[in-house]
Amino acid sequence: MSVLVFVEGAGGEIKKSSLEAVGYASALAKKINTQAVALVIGKYSDDQINSLGKYGASKVLSCKNDKLSQPLPMPYASVIAEAAKKENADTIILSRSSVVDAIASRLALKLGAGIVTNVVDLPDLSSGFKVKKSIYTGKAFAFYDLTSPKKVITISKNAFSAVEGNGSATVEAFDPQLSDSDYKVQIKETQKATGDVLLTEADIVVSGGRGLKGPENWNLVIDLAKALGAATGCSKPVSDLDWRPHHEHVGQTGVKVSPNLYIALGISGAIQHLAGVNSSKVIVVVNKDPEAPFFKAADYGIVGDVFEVVPKLIEAAKALK
Amino acid sequence: MKILVCISNVPDTTSKISFTDNNTKLNTSGIQFIIGPYDEYALSRAIELKEAAGGTVTVLNVGEADTEPTIRKALAIGADDAIRINAFPKDAFYVASQIAAVAKSENYDLILMGRESIDYNSGLVHGIVGELLGIPSVSPVMKLDIEGGKAVMSREIEGGKEIVEASLPLVAGCQEPIAEWKIPNMRGIMSARTKPLKVVEPADITDNIKLLNYELPAPKGACKMIDASTPEKLFDLLKNEAKVL
Repeated sequence: MSVLVFVEGAGGEIKKSSLEAVGYASALAKKINTQAVALVIGKYSDDQINSLGKYGASKVLSCKNDKLSQPLPMPYASVIAEAAKKENADTIILSRSSVVDAIASRLALKLGAGIVTNVVDLPDLSSGFKVKKSIYTGKAFAFYDLTSPKKVITISKNAFSAVEGNGSATVEAFDPQLSDSDYKVQIKETQKATGDVLLTEADIVVSGGRGLKGPENWNLVIDLAKALGAATGCSKPVSDLDWRPHHEHVGQTGVKVSPNLYIALGISGAIQHLAGVNSSKVIVVVNKDPEAPFFKAADYGIVGDVFEVVPKLIEAAKALK
Repeated sequence: MKILVCISNVPDTTSKISFTDNNTKLNTSGIQFIIGPYDEYALSRAIELKEAAGGTVTVLNVGEADTEPTIRKALAIGADDAIRINAFPKDAFYVASQIAAVAKSENYDLILMGRESIDYNSGLVHGIVGELLGIPSVSPVMKLDIEGGKAVMSREIEGGKEIVEASLPLVAGCQEPIAEWKIPNMRGIMSARTKPLKVVEPADITDNIKLLNYELPAPKGACKMIDASTPEKLFDLLKNEAKVL
């Protein structure tokens, strides 16, 4: 018996959210007195692979098959299912991402496992296998008991802190069977923004809204984000107006984020925007309208003109270093 | 082109969520139920595809009789007919299994739905339906065109997008901006009343998760205001009080 954790990367680096998942799997494995096995698909440096041991994996299955260089849900689900069978894993942990929903759903079916997504805490094992899941876009939680022998869990980003320790893992090559029938979807092209902090992975997000008045003023958002090592986001009207690309749109119908710190500049805080950010640990709002609804959801607020306040914030953020 | 669009019946985004019966049931008093916003984008794209190339659009909802106003709205937007699977949508596996049971014999070219519902946010139904039917599934899809009998899609990934291609039949979990949001016109609203809505009884599905109860998050404290003339004080608070820097 073991706990298997799927490790995802981006741009040749293991994602922070996957390290959180490894930490989660390791904590769960300790609770049930077993080991956490990490499955990493793709080519990563030895340092990257060894880091999985530091976050609690006892063993790493490293799969470097070229046919798996692109994260396609169907073959990935088959490969993870094969690894789960090989390692006799009862519980499989994944960190939620744009591709993991599609992988996890198929994986659960292949294993005949019960599945719960958006889990925000370690399972309560005192009677059964009870997990806490975020629902209504962060407005509530639901508790489920997973009654099947095999279980698949996807965890919310930032729901579990990854803590680096001194552990180490044995590394084993994993060469799964691949089936042509899993390749009915083909990736023709990938268009990726480069050099930016990934919005969904960021510890800090700085977002701008219509209060910025136009794309020509976006340097205020970008400069503050740069000074803080943050990712940049925007509200829906801003992406609808093409001031910023759609993949920066934070909100219910855009990207949902849960950073440690979310800074909203010139965003009034429509309910659809709040739905995308309300699981952030700390929210800061800068808006000249003291009646902006966002202040009700914020931890810290500044009532002021972004064109006066933000330059001062940029200077102060630079001085933090 | 024969298209199935699966819609969820969910509380409006602005709803205040609370629970009754010792935190085991959603308190529906004062809540307006709507078509899941992501599902509505999927429906809009289905109608655009039908208008461009012909075919039919059927909407499907797993829900009890009280979801029929939501189904009628989908018919008013432009779906041709509807199916309601008469069951409470317990969880993603249950809903997906019911959808697959109906879809198995109907040979739909495309099965569209939202990337996730806005109540349980699980994002699993499209993948499970695809796996149960043995056909590909793609999500979250922001653009979908049919070219030479294949679906060409743009899929959102973290920090960018992918162009993917798949043969039909196909399941797609959709999100904006896949289509123009459609508002029903008077003719659509009138005709929706007479369009066929078939009610079918659910398949027998064994569940392997059990919902126990709900909980609301701890109430948020008041927002601490910082004077606009000294905004740099914010960073002291973020560092020493909130400890997020």
